[in-house]
Amino acid sequence: MTANLQFDPIRLPPECEALRAEVRAFLADEIAAGTFDPHQAAHGDSYNRAFSRRVGAKGWIGMTWPKRYGGRERTQLERYVVTEEFRVANTPSHLHFVADRQSGPVILKYAPEHIKERVLPRICHGELCFSIGMSEPGSGSDLFAAKTKATKIDGGWRINGSKIWTTSAQVADYMLALFRTSPPTKENRRHGLTQFLVDMKTPGIKVNPINQMTGKPGFNEVVFDDAFVPDDHVMGEIDGAWKQATSELAYERSGPERFLETFYVLPELIRVLGPEPDLRSAEGLGRLVAQLHTLRRMSVSVAGMLQAGKEPVVEGSIVKDLGTLWEQKLPGRVRELTAFLEPEAINHANLAEQLAFATTVAPKLTIQGGTTEILRGIIARGLGLR
Amino acid sequence: MPAEEERIAADAAARIFADLADPQTINKAANCGWKEPLWRALDDAGLPLAWVPEILGGSGANLAAGFAILGVAGRFALAVPLAETLAAGWLLASASIKAPMAPMTVVPARPSDRITVETDGRLSGRAAGVPFAQEVSRFAVLADDRGQPLIALVDAQDCRLNDARNLAGDAANTVTFDRVKPLVSAPAPSGFSQTSLMLMGSAIRSVEIAGALETILSLSVAYAGERVAFERPIGKFQAVQQNLARLAGEVAAALAVSGSAADTIAQAETFDEAVFFEASSAKIRTAEAATESAAIAHQVFGAIGFTQEHVLHRFTLRMLSWRDDFGNESYWAAELGKHVARRGAGEFWPLVASR
Repeated sequence: MTANLQFDPIRLPPECEALRAEVRAFLADEIAAGTFDPHQAAHGDSYNRAFSRRVGAKGWIGMTWPKRYGGRERTQLERYVVTEEFRVANTPSHLHFVADRQSGPVILKYAPEHIKERVLPRICHGELCFSIGMSEPGSGSDLFAAKTKATKIDGGWRINGSKIWTTSAQVADYMLALFRTSPPTKENRRHGLTQFLVDMKTPGIKVNPINQMTGKPGFNEVVFDDAFVPDDHVMGEIDGAWKQATSELAYERSGPERFLETFYVLPELIRVLGPEPDLRSAEGLGRLVAQLHTLRRMSVSVAGMLQAGKEPVVEGSIVKDLGTLWEQKLPGRVRELTAFLEPEAINHANLAEQLAFATTVAPKLTIQGGTTEILRGIIARGLGLR
Repeated sequence: MPAEEERIAADAAARIFADLADPQTINKAANCGWKEPLWRALDDAGLPLAWVPEILGGSGANLAAGFAILGVAGRFALAVPLAETLAAGWLLASASIKAPMAPMTVVPARPSDRITVETDGRLSGRAAGVPFAQEVSRFAVLADDRGQPLIALVDAQDCRLNDARNLAGDAANTVTFDRVKPLVSAPAPSGFSQTSLMLMGSAIRSVEIAGALETILSLSVAYAGERVAFERPIGKFQAVQQNLARLAGEVAAALAVSGSAADTIAQAETFDEAVFFEASSAKIRTAEAATESAAIAHQVFGAIGFTQEHVLHRFTLRMLSWRDDFGNESYWAAELGKHVARRGAGEFWPLVASR
């Protein structure tokens, strides 16, 4: 196979712009009411149950899902608009975002009907927070080395082991987790893992918080000690989770949140440079703008292909690889471009504060949700090299 | 999805290039004898004047079809003035000037060069780096007529040319106008400026760079699968795979941003802020991709790719040269940065999101 990369110039249709105006008006009201400060990425609690419920009431969580499960049957491109506007405004969306992006779609595809009916509408209402149980103390990128064990018992499964680096587990209502149900086979080392929906209130689950280097909570260790998961909480094929992973990757990896994580330093840079920047600053800013525009056009293109029913796995991985590296380097570029400004320059203090936060956040961006190295392996496979 | 007309145009171009502009064959050719039959075939297919309406002597294809042809031209690292003739025909047509059936190029090709109209209508000034100036018989010139843009058709023989070449060895000449009388001239349409021409040229070069990058990626992946070292194809080594994945990322970025700019121009009524934002971004990002990708591709090929005999340089050097035409990436980055700064922080995200 030769490289046949495809990035159609998808434009957001008119209904998206009407929606964008609605989203901006909603966020302006929330900002005016003091729910969050868009200029203070480092401040405030990123989990806000009341806010998530109001977002749910607008119909912006699970908005592409079928109406019978609480969704609105809107397009991937409409969801794209909501996601990017929320991200750019630094909204406290941690509570509902993972469920909206990836847990809900898995449940929609693999859960039994009565589970869908029970869980999906509550996600759409902004009531449920999800965590993802993948990494373990002995397995991170090497997902299929997971050891946490699910043993078949009457009516369900008994879980023993632990997950680690689990974001949101301290507040999550559910976890979508990979557990070992059989040993790997000689022919297929990916065999033997099964995906489960786990109610975090289940007896036998203990969540131990782990602070991140930013000084804030975020990581957790989740210990399973004879925790029971009923049969109807198995998501998809027993021992066959590896078959289910790939098609969801394009959704998880190509969204605007994969290059907008440190976006807030860019408007702060523009503020501090003022309307007539020197040539060096202007050139530096212009390059960042062109790079951002390119990433966004790539990401919108993938969203359009997803909407058209395609599975652009390689293109999605490319967006995350380029996007996360860009957002990781962005604080450093802004630091260089402002190096010769007077400390008294307008907005300098706020820029310094935002920059400090972005700089400490930066290292995780190319690790979470698939490391750079893993992504490049996937791209290389797409190129036919492995 | 490309529309039918674009697909047909691209296929027609690809057939002609495969027959008469095969990069391997050209790389081995002793002289430029391949150029004449190639140009004749392109002429017969109506490709050089694709952007000229039939009433003005062209084949009247839409802008999107022309950009599709240029993407294919990039994939072949085409070294005849097809892009330049397309652009010249487009420029002349915008002033309703009939296009000659001849290879052409556009003047100026750099943002800071100015050709001015004297009181008696003659043209004076100097333009550097004009692509293929030595190989064409007519110039489509954008000149400044006391603050008003004028479009003129000029006989190449009436100008003075130097002998300069670009990195790839293609003619890229300084053209001097010393009171040159145009064959015909007309005012440019309202709103048109030298910036408009530079943006169009930049979109064209971006599309060509992305095309060249597609071939560079295919060649590199194929070679990594064939070349054995340490008893394995080098493409089996993770270090090489990581480099090729990076290359694919740069190619993807170039394709996306150049396709977006071409689409924007194809849909645009005038050269407005959207065209400026898209075409300048495309030139900046495709030029960056060209720089990164040339280094990676040559690294994959090692010494053999550094030889005259190997075809890789036809793509890498040409693409690196294209960065310089119609405003290089530093020029456009400064322009874009100034524009964004003038609009202010509050207007920044709305601008990005508008595209």
